[in-house]
Amino acid sequence: MEIAIAIILGCCALGAGTAMIAGIGPGIGEGNAVAKACEAIGRQPECKSEVTSTMLMGCAIAETTGLYALVIAILLIFVAPEMFIELLINYK
Amino acid sequence: MQQKNSIRFRIVDFLLILMMIIPVTVLIVVKLLTNVPAEGISVTGAKIYFEISMPFQNLLITESQINSWMVMISITGLCLYLTHGIGVKVKNRRQHLAEWIVEKTDNLVKGNMGEYFMAFSPFIGAILGLSAFSSLICLFGLYSPTSDINVVGGWAILTFILITYYKSKCGPWVYIKSFGDPVTLLAPLNIISEVATPISMAFRHYGNVLSGSVISVLLAAGLQGLSSMVLGWLPGVLGDIPFLQIGIPAVLSIYFDVFSGCLQAFIFAMLTMLYVSGAFPMEEYFKRKKKKQTKAMSN
Repeated sequence: MEIAIAIILGCCALGAGTAMIAGIGPGIGEGNAVAKACEAIGRQPECKSEVTSTMLMGCAIAETTGLYALVIAILLIFVAPEMFIELLINYK
Repeated sequence: MQQKNSIRFRIVDFLLILMMIIPVTVLIVVKLLTNVPAEGISVTGAKIYFEISMPFQNLLITESQINSWMVMISITGLCLYLTHGIGVKVKNRRQHLAEWIVEKTDNLVKGNMGEYFMAFSPFIGAILGLSAFSSLICLFGLYSPTSDINVVGGWAILTFILITYYKSKCGPWVYIKSFGDPVTLLAPLNIISEVATPISMAFRHYGNVLSGSVISVLLAAGLQGLSSMVLGWLPGVLGDIPFLQIGIPAVLSIYFDVFSGCLQAFIFAMLTMLYVSGAFPMEEYFKRKKKKQTKAMSN
């Protein structure tokens, strides 16, 4: 029984860690967006505020996939173990 | 130039300021009275205060609901205070602030949605204010309602209803036809993307605020451990005080609480505007309206 619970806890932590690999994508994407925004501001400093607000919008949308991964990781760490252990106990 | 205000005006002013301050104070007192200091790292959801029995499922009155209602009362007090004694002739300084807020919101809506949607300006302003203040309430050490998905999900469902209303403004047939837009084969994907809109909006806002609070909890626990390791040799009580917790979390809090909260409020309002104005088939609607008018004229 203890081994089963230990496996559940360990696998939940591993799964959370693996899910957060998705953080790479938004990081690269937002980096690209900010780099291009910097270039645009350097070329045309007069439209700085518009470029900045558009960039923030784009960053927020690019962030979505990373946030899905974050939500899954948080669920795996704080919610899933109790649920699975309860299932295991009920199954016995 | 400044006229002396009458006593009645001042009393109402005082009451409105109390209306702003009292809800937050009550929340802080309740939090202080009911809070149990946690050992180590503990990330919990909203505390459940009491339940109301309902036919299908018990209605849970949680911390996030109470906090968001108190924020609403505070914002109402703020609005009433800013607009109190407003007139054509500017009498006091707060009128400038109120006019500035209304003007900015109007410009934002006009720039992003167009003239036709000018009636949306109060709604967008309300979403902006409620979201920003709900996120900022965690500066008082309270549970911020936006880190509960139920609150943000409610707002996202509201946006979804608005989108669907404006999509079906040309009649239900046009709405159904819009799902098979390029090719009829793509209809399932279109339905999925339609449903994904409110989900992604809710997750974006809630995930950002929640991740900030989780990171600050982790940071606080980490700094406590670090300071007991580094400064543990100090004699007596001095060794128990986590000195490293002073100041360092505040720097991160500027990003995670203040900047992120305001940015997410702005983004939520912005996305609401873009989705709603993008969902409305303006040309089609006006074509139909004109046709109807000419029909009525010929009759």
